[in-house]
Amino acid sequence: MDKLSRRDFLNLAWSAAGALAVTELSFVGFKFLSPRATDGEFGGEFNLGAYEGYPVGSVTPVEMGRFYLVRLENGGFLAIYRRCTHLGCAVPFDQSTGKFTCPCHGSVFTNEGDVLNQPAPRPLDIFALSINEEGEIVVDTSSPIQRDKTSVEDVLYA
Amino acid sequence: MTEKESKPTEETPLYKRIFKSIQRDPLAPKDDRGRMKMVMNSLILHVHPTKTPKSALKFSYTFGLGGLLLLLGTVLAITGVLLIFAYTPSPDAAYESMIALQTEVFFGNLIRNLHHWSGNLMVVVAVLHLLRVFYTAGFSKPREFNWAMGIALLLLIVGANFTGYLLPWDQLAYWAITVGVSLLDYVPLVGEPLTRLLLGGSEVGAATLTNFYGLHIAIIPLSIFGLASFHIWRVRKDKITVPRKIDGQADKTRVTTMPHLVSIEFVFALVWIAILLLWATFVNAPLEEAANPAHSPNPAKAAWYFMGLQELLMHFHPLFGAIIIPGMGLLGLFAIPYLDADMDSVGVWFRSVNGRWLTLISANLGVIGAFAFVLVDEYWLDLPGWLPFLPSSISNGWIPMAGVLLLLIGFYEALKAMKATSCEARQSLFTLLFSAFITLTIIGIYFRGEGMAFILPWS
Repeated sequence: MDKLSRRDFLNLAWSAAGALAVTELSFVGFKFLSPRATDGEFGGEFNLGAYEGYPVGSVTPVEMGRFYLVRLENGGFLAIYRRCTHLGCAVPFDQSTGKFTCPCHGSVFTNEGDVLNQPAPRPLDIFALSINEEGEIVVDTSSPIQRDKTSVEDVLYA
Repeated sequence: MTEKESKPTEETPLYKRIFKSIQRDPLAPKDDRGRMKMVMNSLILHVHPTKTPKSALKFSYTFGLGGLLLLLGTVLAITGVLLIFAYTPSPDAAYESMIALQTEVFFGNLIRNLHHWSGNLMVVVAVLHLLRVFYTAGFSKPREFNWAMGIALLLLIVGANFTGYLLPWDQLAYWAITVGVSLLDYVPLVGEPLTRLLLGGSEVGAATLTNFYGLHIAIIPLSIFGLASFHIWRVRKDKITVPRKIDGQADKTRVTTMPHLVSIEFVFALVWIAILLLWATFVNAPLEEAANPAHSPNPAKAAWYFMGLQELLMHFHPLFGAIIIPGMGLLGLFAIPYLDADMDSVGVWFRSVNGRWLTLISANLGVIGAFAFVLVDEYWLDLPGWLPFLPSSISNGWIPMAGVLLLLIGFYEALKAMKATSCEARQSLFTLLFSAFITLTIIGIYFRGEGMAFILPWS
């Protein structure tokens, strides 16, 4: 390898400094534009009160959080995101059939979010759900969790 | 101005000296040299060369499509800036602004209609401009990169339309953007974070409205202005292609741009402004009830220029419908001028007599093929049902994709067997694919009813 001349070294150093500046500014810009969230609004955390308040085998819509709090027949809890996994329509829960039916393109889901009828490519997304020390249900709506299959691990038991 | 002319002349009256400091050349030049100087020294006119080939002025060669795009861009900039003063980009106030435009603001409805229709027309005219350049081989060397910039401009125009679509904040806007952005969600790896950044969260909301507003009034218009300037500058540097008859020589006679080209442009612009005003006076831009995130309409459709993509997505696995097929199409579009080495057809419509027939046949085949494909897939073909043991990315992706590619290869070989030159064969393939895409778009817009089931629009 040739000996690095003073001029080459300075050129290299200044180019590196320039590249660093661009990287830093891009990072600042990217973080500046990234989504923010507040508690009690969609994108933040929701405290839904004591878990005993939700009867077994019920589906409760949480309008502000855009999700359904599902309590399965076996007592487990799920927070199912309202957004259809096909093209993003709002999926209503049909109490008479006990299923989610999308009005846009006809996808049907079970009360656990599993696909019964295409074109939806995967089960309905869920939100992270936890039960705090006071026995209250807390749902974090900051980022929906995608799943390829429904699994018992998604369900939280009190 | 040369040094000779700028000698101080104390005898000239003050008002003449002031006028001359603003407008240096005489406004009514007496000879061609003066006319050329006027174009060269003017900030606005100098986008033109001082002389233009006479035959390129023929309306049936360019149809003035590039100029019309510039006019629409200007109309959109002016009406858009006016609309900024009457609009608040927040979910609580946006729809109210729309109602106020219709009921309170003087000429509010007219300005909104002008903006809405000019924006939609711009997408159509940009595509027609692309077709004009393609079918006269206007992208040939040294203009390859200008073609690429043209495609980038088309994408920016669609982006401007798409971001503007949300701003009225009615049901139409809300769900078209929801469905449209969900198409992006299917891109592997980058799709999901990109969607979150664009929406400012996981679905369309207040953050989305401010994001789209910023993109729509600042980022995208500035990008279009910059790129369009580059595009037009390149046209001037590379010189416009000249039309000619098959086996004929190009007529290279040139006339001064002022007044021959400029006067045509002036009349053309006036006629189009009249058409736009009339249209905007009598046809209102659509406005539905205020957006309701809890209630999706049935069917929920994307903006009209994305309906071809939404239709594709109904027949292919998302990986193919949203990524591979459109990606290959776009890549092919960018690559066209670098593949097309045939320089003999520059300025000839559809390359040759053979080329004209093949284009006509391919265009019709594209329409028939797309309809046949949609109907067969809708009523008979059910690969995922027949092959339940395969993942749907194979049964609804690789297999139908291979079928379509085989048909296209067969078509290309048939063209070759019919003694088409490779230039004509490529032109026919482009025509077939383009006409199929337009047909899919039309099917998506007019032939899809409740639950996106196939319907006949007249029944």
